[in-house]
Amino acid sequence: MSLLLIVLLPLLGAVLPLLTERFGRNICAAVAVAAPLISAGLIISQLPAIFAGDIPIFHVPWLSNIGLDLSLRLDGLSLMFGLLITGIGLLVIFYALYYLSNKDSIGKFYAILQLFMMAMLGIVMADNLLLLIVFWELTSLSSFLLIGYWSYRSDARKGARMALAITGGGGLALLAGALLLGHMVGSFNLSVILSNGELIRDHKLYPIALVLILLGAFTKSAQFPFHFWLPHAMAAPTPVSAYLHSATMVKAGVFLLARLYPALAGSEMWFFIVTFVGLITLVYAAYTAMMKHDLKGLLAYSTISHLGLITMLLGLSTKLAATAAVFHIINHAIFKASLFMAAGIIDHETGTRDMRKINGLWQYMPQTALLAMVAAAAMAGVPLLNGFLSKEMFFNETLHLKSLGLFSWTVPVLATIAGIFAVAYSWRFIHDVFFNGKPVDLPKFPPHEPPPFMKAPVAILVVLCLLVGIMPNLTVAPFIDAASAAVAGAELEPYEISLWHGFNLPLLMSFTALAGGLLLYSQRRGLFAFYERGFHLDEKLVFEARVQRGVRASQWITNTLENGSLQRYVAWFVGFTLVMGVVGIWPLANMTGTRPLMPLDGVSVIAAILLIAGSVGTVLIHHNRLASLLLLSVVGLIVSLIFVRFSAPDLALTQISVEVVTIVLMMLALYFLPQLSPRQSGTLRIIRDIALSGAAGIGVTVLTWAVLTRPYETIAGYFLENSVSGGGGTNVVNVILVDFRGFDTLGEITVLALAAVGILAMLRTLQLPNTSDPRSWAREIYPPILAVLARVLLPLALLVSAYIFMRGHNQPGGGFIAGLVTSVALILQYVSSGLSWIQERLRWNYRSVAALGVLIAALTGCGAFIFGYPFLTTSFTHIHWPLVGEFEIATAMVFDLGVYITVVGATLLALAQLGMLTHPSRIKRKLTEEIA
Amino acid sequence: MSHWILIPILLPLFTGLALLIWSDRICVTRAISATSALALLAVDLLLLQRAAEGTISLYALGNWPPPFGIVLVLDRLAALMLVMTSVLALFVIWYAACDRDQPGDSLHPLIHFLLMGLNGAFLTGDIFNLFVFFEVLLLSSYALLLHGGGKERARAGFHYVVLNLAGSALFLIAVSLLYGVTGTLNMADMGQRIAQLDPADRPLAITGGLLLFAVFGLKAAVAPLYFWLPSAYAAAAGPVAALFAVMTKLGIYSMVRVYSLVFASEPGLLLPWLWPLALVTLAAGIVGVLAARELRRQVAYLVLVSVGTLLLGVAMNSQQALAASLYYLVHSTWICAALFILVDLMRQQRGLLEDTIESGPPLVQGTILGIFFFVACASVVGLPPTSGFVGKVNLMQAVSSTVEAVWVWPALLISGLLTITALSRSGTTIFWRTTGDVIAQSRAGVMPMVAVGGLLLISIVFSFAGDPVLSFMSDTAQQLADSTAYLEASSLFQPVERGDIR
Repeated sequence: MSLLLIVLLPLLGAVLPLLTERFGRNICAAVAVAAPLISAGLIISQLPAIFAGDIPIFHVPWLSNIGLDLSLRLDGLSLMFGLLITGIGLLVIFYALYYLSNKDSIGKFYAILQLFMMAMLGIVMADNLLLLIVFWELTSLSSFLLIGYWSYRSDARKGARMALAITGGGGLALLAGALLLGHMVGSFNLSVILSNGELIRDHKLYPIALVLILLGAFTKSAQFPFHFWLPHAMAAPTPVSAYLHSATMVKAGVFLLARLYPALAGSEMWFFIVTFVGLITLVYAAYTAMMKHDLKGLLAYSTISHLGLITMLLGLSTKLAATAAVFHIINHAIFKASLFMAAGIIDHETGTRDMRKINGLWQYMPQTALLAMVAAAAMAGVPLLNGFLSKEMFFNETLHLKSLGLFSWTVPVLATIAGIFAVAYSWRFIHDVFFNGKPVDLPKFPPHEPPPFMKAPVAILVVLCLLVGIMPNLTVAPFIDAASAAVAGAELEPYEISLWHGFNLPLLMSFTALAGGLLLYSQRRGLFAFYERGFHLDEKLVFEARVQRGVRASQWITNTLENGSLQRYVAWFVGFTLVMGVVGIWPLANMTGTRPLMPLDGVSVIAAILLIAGSVGTVLIHHNRLASLLLLSVVGLIVSLIFVRFSAPDLALTQISVEVVTIVLMMLALYFLPQLSPRQSGTLRIIRDIALSGAAGIGVTVLTWAVLTRPYETIAGYFLENSVSGGGGTNVVNVILVDFRGFDTLGEITVLALAAVGILAMLRTLQLPNTSDPRSWAREIYPPILAVLARVLLPLALLVSAYIFMRGHNQPGGGFIAGLVTSVALILQYVSSGLSWIQERLRWNYRSVAALGVLIAALTGCGAFIFGYPFLTTSFTHIHWPLVGEFEIATAMVFDLGVYITVVGATLLALAQLGMLTHPSRIKRKLTEEIA
Repeated sequence: MSHWILIPILLPLFTGLALLIWSDRICVTRAISATSALALLAVDLLLLQRAAEGTISLYALGNWPPPFGIVLVLDRLAALMLVMTSVLALFVIWYAACDRDQPGDSLHPLIHFLLMGLNGAFLTGDIFNLFVFFEVLLLSSYALLLHGGGKERARAGFHYVVLNLAGSALFLIAVSLLYGVTGTLNMADMGQRIAQLDPADRPLAITGGLLLFAVFGLKAAVAPLYFWLPSAYAAAAGPVAALFAVMTKLGIYSMVRVYSLVFASEPGLLLPWLWPLALVTLAAGIVGVLAARELRRQVAYLVLVSVGTLLLGVAMNSQQALAASLYYLVHSTWICAALFILVDLMRQQRGLLEDTIESGPPLVQGTILGIFFFVACASVVGLPPTSGFVGKVNLMQAVSSTVEAVWVWPALLISGLLTITALSRSGTTIFWRTTGDVIAQSRAGVMPMVAVGGLLLISIVFSFAGDPVLSFMSDTAQQLADSTAYLEASSLFQPVERGDIR
């Protein structure tokens, strides 16, 4: 449980500073240190157990379905990292209090920092590879926020994005690699993975998994060629740099290599990739660090170089390489954190980080200078300091390389060259900043010592450098033992860290580096000139330019694909459908089925010809909208006649009334459109459209032909048998509509009501442009003869619709048709007498009428609940009415009434709303709005 | 017989009707609307509980036994979709009630009609009835899309409705083809008849299936049929866009349902199409995310990315992959909805710039909205500890061969990386690269924040407490893979005995 606390406490620490910020910076800081302090204490409390060889484990099943469990471990490696993370984290919290100005929100800073700390602790303590990745990505996310802390600065934003893209992307590769590892060993549990190194290395997927995992590690640890994000992350406040680039973020990569060392290391592939990437990074970054005039730039490249060194050690896989790597991780964390803090102090006090301006600070801030010089000496590898010890071990390991045969000598030589540059840039850090004449144009002058508490963290770290450097065996040795045992995964070779091994080759290399570095520094002007002559990219700009180029290319693609042409989109749809249809129907052997064809008769032929002529004509003259609409109505009429021909009177009645209503509505809509539509399509488009629509038409014909010529058995027989006995009606079509499939009908009348709502919502606020209307309209708006006739017709029409409604259950008719007939009769009143006349007499809210219809139908369906039957179960009975005689009452008729009302409401609403658009009241309102 | 299964259809219907008929006062409308959504969620949870036991419940409308009448079928998948939708609806209605339902009085009723359509489509066991509910959906979504008016909406709505009407026509053609071949409309029955079909006539049924794929593909916004989506989602009002996050998922649902049930005897029917189309859809989505100049459009393309990802999952065609897809489906629906609401809130605080991805005034509630945006983006790109990460890892683990891995993994990972790049660009531009003064009066209240925060919280909970969810998804996929239980439930079904009440 305490393991879980170690990781999660900083999360609590992320919340507290935000809450306490209002009480002042000091209180906020005091609260902020609490969580890491306790975490560190908890880690220390585990020390004896770990030094005794135990590995405390915490395990709780979590997302077991994907193999992600909440498992933590605290072995030697985790211990070492955990102490670095919490320890240096504490110092950074302390330091930031003095570094950040009052304008910066310190609560926000501490919150993100501790979020990041939690993620780092999670990485180093995870005992489940997926859990490790969860924390890994969390460090990417939180470091994004840390680097972008000064969000008003362009370089901070760009640096943050770049870091996120590179490390986040690497994290994704790592995820893939981890999934492969899990696939190989059947578990994401690290204990299992680490003990199955043999199996993993022999697996055929090992090379892929290795490359993916290395991608993750190298991006995080800024190894060549992914190193470029790190220098740009320097846009962060210095405490962030001191934390991220010494003990944490970038160390996560090398941590991963160390963590998976037992599982992955030992193959040739591992050796070659890891060693040489590390070597290239080491040399290249050491060289570049020397050339940077920016203080933090120098430190950034030096960090990359040292990470390269550690990576290379892990790649070498020689006897003590892992030990050396672990040792250098500790040393680098200590001296680099103090150097960043010192650089921050200098920046803070002088207002610049340019080493061409900052000179001779020794006179102004001797204490800071002393601290910085010791730390820089440790970075250079000067004896008596911690850097010297691990560097010697490194040099020693490079000499034990046998795999390269004759070329084995290249590695120590290159290592020494990197050492020379390391000394040179360390010396430059000391000499340029603290000596080298007088300061030049400092923004803040004269600089003076910072407050003592700002120096304190630096001093603590520098003392550590000395302690470790002088008495390694009394200080770090047990930690290194525990950690390297965890890395190597086996018993360690006996080794000894000591200052003096006698005169040997590593010592010679060390001194060569020291002497060479000083010499190189003395020749710096020539070097700078050489470097300036070379070609240098600003990676930030390159990255930005690439992103921009990607964005522009994407915009081009998107604009080309989606050009806003509905015709094109429909063409895609029709084309897609055609492909599907052709692929599906192609294997059909016989297009024509076995059913005998009916004989052709004259009426059918004429109807077919008319139908074709009507359809083709509609398309041909579609530029003349009114005429094509009239031809379209011919098509509708023929279709309803065809229904009559094939004994479907219900359908015919429905079709013809629907036809009338839609044509009237479309006529109304035509009023708002120009009479002629312009000819816009080019020849190619016309050919495309004809081809597509022709093919689609043929396709539907083929399908219809194939289906209709085959004998088929359907459920229709059941409907015919049960229509009277179960549904109480002899008109099967109507019984299907209101009973067998009454639920469909309920849905469809809902659709109708919805259409009404939609039309209302759309037209109510619609503002049409005032178009001058060239058409000559009839002078008499409401011809009296028409009006009189229409009014006489109204009661008759209503009677007819009532008749159609009542008989619907047994003979052709029903609510839908009756509703349409009523609508037509009422539409006629609108046409003959005008909107105002009707509105005075018929004060209906059509939307509510339509809704009411659906409500009636639905409630009828619910009636069945009372009798314990499912929704829409019908019942019927026969009663004897005086005068009328035997009459059947069915609940389905109430349902049908709902259909009737909905149809009337929806149709009239559409009509009234379209009519309203031109109504004087509306135009007047529009005018007043325009004036207003 | 229990009528509970019917409630998810009838409750929104009656709510919608009531709101249409009595639409006087907006506060009453909001109260009714929200209460109904809450009740719907409660009922759906109850149904989920019942379905989770593994029973498949049937409800015969009009007491006509299948295959003759229409049946509603409640299985795990249906229950899952119901709950997902009602959670979404609750938050959307909540957000809309924060004065985002103006102008007009039709937003709330329309939302409920849309819910009716969705729930009906999820529950129905009848393919023609599915068509009817598609129509209910189409009409209500079209009207919703136009909510608020304006030229952009009218244009996008026109494209939307025309394309979808073409889709409806094709749906009818396909259904009548299938009816002509099998003589039935009940999906379970249709599946059995297709399995027994004379091999010579098999191509006809397959044609019907492929034509349906075009219909569902249009709904799901599969390339090259997605063109209606970006403009429609970008133009829709905030709450509407959020609600529409579920619309594409309906297309995916229909594919899963129809091809696992009706075309169970043709298991590989779609596979040759799904793979390339999924990848192209994913690519088109990513390109759109990169290209977007406005945040709403960017989120619309994120919806497209999620569609592509889901199709990949479906294309893998295994139980495990289907389970992973279902998890991803729920996750992506909620997170995209959260993003739409969030962007709507951000938009209101940026003055005339609205949601263009350009340097503008700082947001008056920049911190809290920034945190929300950060979490939402992490989830949508699939970074831990959000549900997006769980969904992606789960999908990646579902590959069953190296070849699949070679396609699926890079697709998921590279799309994730590119989305990170694009979204970090938008986020830093809007939240960090600010100029000028805040627009103080644009401050949003607590309630809309709760809507976004709640949805995001659900995304987090969905990952932290994801194990039972993942198990449920596995069970769901198992139930789908083996349709015998469904068929058995259908064939053993007995209507209520008719008493002598005539």
